[in-house]
Amino acid sequence: MSFAKLSTSALAIAVVSASAAAARDQVQVAGSSTVLPYASIVAEAFGENFEFPTPVVESGGSSAGLKRFCEGVGENTVDIANASRAIRDREIAACAENGVTDIIEVRIGYDGIVFASQQAGPAFTEFEPSDWYTALAAEMPVDGAMVANPNTTWDQVNADLPAVDIAAFIPGTKHGTREVFEEKVLLQGCEDTGALQAMLDMGMDEDAAEGACMAVRTDGKSVDIDGDYTETLARIDSNTNGIGVFGLAFYENNTDKLKVATMGGVAPSTETISTGEYPVSRPLYFYVKKAHIGVIPGLKEYAEFFVSDEIAGPDGPLAEYGLVSDPALAETQANVADEEILGGNT
Amino acid sequence: MTDATNADLPYSEPAGVKKGSLMTQDARTRKRNAAEKRFKAYGVIAISIGMLMLLVLVYNIISRGTGAFQQTFVTLDVELSAERLDKVGNRDINDLRKVSTFGYAPLLREAFEAKVAEHGIETDLSSKDMAGILSPSAPALLRNYVLSTPSVIGETIKFEFLASGRVDGYLKDRVTRDSIAEDKNISPAQLDFVDQLLEVGFVEKRFNMNFITGADSSDARPEAAGMGVSMLGSLFMMLVVLALALPIGVAASIYLEEFAPKNWITDIIEVNISNLAAVPSIVFGILGLAVFINYMHLPNSAPLVGGLVLTLMTLPTIIISTRASLKAVPPSIRDAALGVGASKMQSVFHHVLPLAAPGILTGTIIGLAQALGETAPLLLIGMVGFIASNPPDSIASGLLDPNSAMPAQIYEWAKRSDPAFYERAWGGIIILLGFLITMNTIAVILRRRFERRW
Repeated sequence: MSFAKLSTSALAIAVVSASAAAARDQVQVAGSSTVLPYASIVAEAFGENFEFPTPVVESGGSSAGLKRFCEGVGENTVDIANASRAIRDREIAACAENGVTDIIEVRIGYDGIVFASQQAGPAFTEFEPSDWYTALAAEMPVDGAMVANPNTTWDQVNADLPAVDIAAFIPGTKHGTREVFEEKVLLQGCEDTGALQAMLDMGMDEDAAEGACMAVRTDGKSVDIDGDYTETLARIDSNTNGIGVFGLAFYENNTDKLKVATMGGVAPSTETISTGEYPVSRPLYFYVKKAHIGVIPGLKEYAEFFVSDEIAGPDGPLAEYGLVSDPALAETQANVADEEILGGNT
Repeated sequence: MTDATNADLPYSEPAGVKKGSLMTQDARTRKRNAAEKRFKAYGVIAISIGMLMLLVLVYNIISRGTGAFQQTFVTLDVELSAERLDKVGNRDINDLRKVSTFGYAPLLREAFEAKVAEHGIETDLSSKDMAGILSPSAPALLRNYVLSTPSVIGETIKFEFLASGRVDGYLKDRVTRDSIAEDKNISPAQLDFVDQLLEVGFVEKRFNMNFITGADSSDARPEAAGMGVSMLGSLFMMLVVLALALPIGVAASIYLEEFAPKNWITDIIEVNISNLAAVPSIVFGILGLAVFINYMHLPNSAPLVGGLVLTLMTLPTIIISTRASLKAVPPSIRDAALGVGASKMQSVFHHVLPLAAPGILTGTIIGLAQALGETAPLLLIGMVGFIASNPPDSIASGLLDPNSAMPAQIYEWAKRSDPAFYERAWGGIIILLGFLITMNTIAVILRRRFERRW
C-alpha cells in the first residue's frame, strides 16, 4: 500500500509545516495593484543584490492589503502593505486592536493618473476637470433644482470636444485610483463649474453637496472597471469613442494603442507631475510592521533598498518604469533608517 | 411467424388507396426523407461550428503564443575590469558582493563602445542608449557570473544577453517605428542601431529555453520571464492532490459501494458528494483561506495549501468515477469470489478493485487535469502575484516555500501592462495545454488498453 505511505507522509509534512512556517525567511508583501509593478522590480533587484531570498509580492488592492497587514503580528501575517493612498484612521485603529501598533509609513513617490483614448479615435486631446464633472455627474443643479444629467455627447459638455457619445471607463470603487479621480477631477470640476456653490445655495449641507459632486451617473455612459488597466484597455480597443482612466506607467507601456489628453492644459509626464503642474496625481506608500524588523530577515534592508537613490531616485529603474520620484526622498530615507513610526517615536 | 403469415396471403390493394410503387417516391416519403436529410445537415452544421470554434481558438493560441518561445539575444565581449569590480583587489567574495548590479551597468556601456569602434558602426547614440537595447537583467547575469567564478576578473569574456522587450518586439514585428513614436523606453535611433548590429550578426533571434525553465520576472523585464518555477509549483500541488485525493477517494467509494448499508444516511452522503462536485472552485479557495491558513496557520502562498484546496475540489470527481467503475464490475465476479470462500474484503481487493482500476485511474487523471487548470481557489491563498522567483531546492521547500502555479502565472502575465507579457501569457497557455492534452491522452490510452467490457 504505497499510497497509504505517501498520504501519511504528506499529512506528516502538513503537521510539521506549522513549525516550519516559524522559520519564514523571505519578506512577504501584499496590497495595491498600482504599487505591484514597482514592488516587484525592487523585489527582483533585492534578490539579485542581497543574500536574502526574493520577497514575495502579492496584489489585491490597497484596502485588502492593509486589512491583511492589520490582522496581527506574527510570521503568518504580511510584513509590508503596499497602498496607493495613505492609511486611514479607521485602519490604524483596526491595526491597534490586533496588536499592530508601530507602523512605519514610507512614501515611495508619486503616480500620475491619465485620461486616454484610442490612438485612431476622435480627437480627445484637452480636458478640464469641469468637462468630466459635467459629463459624469449623476445629478446637477439647474435653476435651483437637482436634475438628472442631461448630457449624452461630449460636445454638449464642451463645444470644443468631439461630437461623440459619452463612453467613459473609470476605475471601480475598490481601487485607490477611484478616490483620487473623485477628489481631484470630479470635485474640482464641481467647484469650477459653480455647481458646488449652487448646491450649497439650495440649502444642501457641505457633505451632501460634495457627495453629490462625486456621485457618478449609472445610466451606462460611465462604466466602472473593477479589473486592471488591461481590462480598461480592452474596452477602449473595442470602442472608438471610449475614454479610459489609466496610470501613467501603464500608458507609457502602451503608447502605440493609446493617446493621452491634457488635463487643465498640462500634458502628463513624470516632469509635470513632480513639479505639481499636472493636477491629477497621488502619492504611493508602503507600510512596514516595526515588530517584524529583526524577526524576518531582510525586512529593513528591503525597505531601505526600496527608497535608496539608485532605485527610487530620478534615474533609477522605478522612474524609468513610470514612477514620479519624490523630491523629499532623502527625508524618507532618514525616516526608514530611524524606523520612525506613524505618530512619531515615543 | 408473422412473416410467414404475410407471405401466405395473396397481395391485394386496399380499397380507396392510390396504387404506389417502391420505385417512385410519394409525397409523404419524400417529406420524411427530406426531414432526415435536414436533420443530418443540422448535425453537420453543429459539428462544423464546434470544429470552427476549436480551429479559431487553436489558431489564436498558436499564432500569438509561439513568439514567446523565441527570444532576441545580443552577443557582447565584456571586459570585467578589476578597477570597477574589485576596488580592494583581494578577490574576497564579501568585497565583491558589495558591488551591486548598478556597478556592473558601466561595463556594458564600455563593451558597446568597444564594439562600435571595432566594427566601424556609425551611430550618434550615447553609450547609455546603446546599452538601453539590452534587458535590465544583463547586469545581474554579469554579477552572478563574476560571483560564481571570481577568477575571471580582469579578463574579457563573450556573453549572450537578452535584448530588451521592445527590441525583441521589433524583431518579432510587434514593435514598429510608427508604434514607438510616443514611447519613452526606446527611440527609432536605437532601432537603427539594432539593424546595424543585425547586419554584423551580433543580434540574433532563436529558441529560448529560459521561457520553459526560468522564473517569473518583474514588470520591467518581460523578456526574462519564464514558466519553469510555476511549473514546479503546479507539480508539487499535483503530488499533494494525488497523495491525498486518490487514497481518500478510493477508500470512500469502496466503502460506500461495497460495504455501507443502503439507508437514508448513505443516500444523503451520496447526494452531497454529487452536490460537492458542482460547487464553484472559488468556494474551496475561501474555505482553504479560512481553515488552512487562518486556523491551521499553514504558510501563505505554499503549494501544500494549494494542493490541499485542490484535493477538496478533486475528491468528488474521483469518488464519482470510482463508484461508477466499481458498479461496472458485474456482480457475478463478487458472487463467484464469495462462493469459493473469500471474505467480503478479499473479494473486493483481490477481484473487484483490480478490474475497476483502469476506470479509477482514468477518473483520477481527469480529476488531476481539472485541478491543474484551476486558478480561482489559488487567488485567495496568495498564489497569484510576483511570487515564483526562487526555484525550490528540496521537496520540503517545494511544498512550503511560496510559489505560483501555471494557470495563476498566466493570469498574472495577462494583467501586466507591457504588451510583451501578453505574448508570454499565450505562450504559457500553449505549455499548459500541452500538459492537459498529454494527461488526457494517457487517460484515453489506459482506458483503451485495460478496460474490460462484459
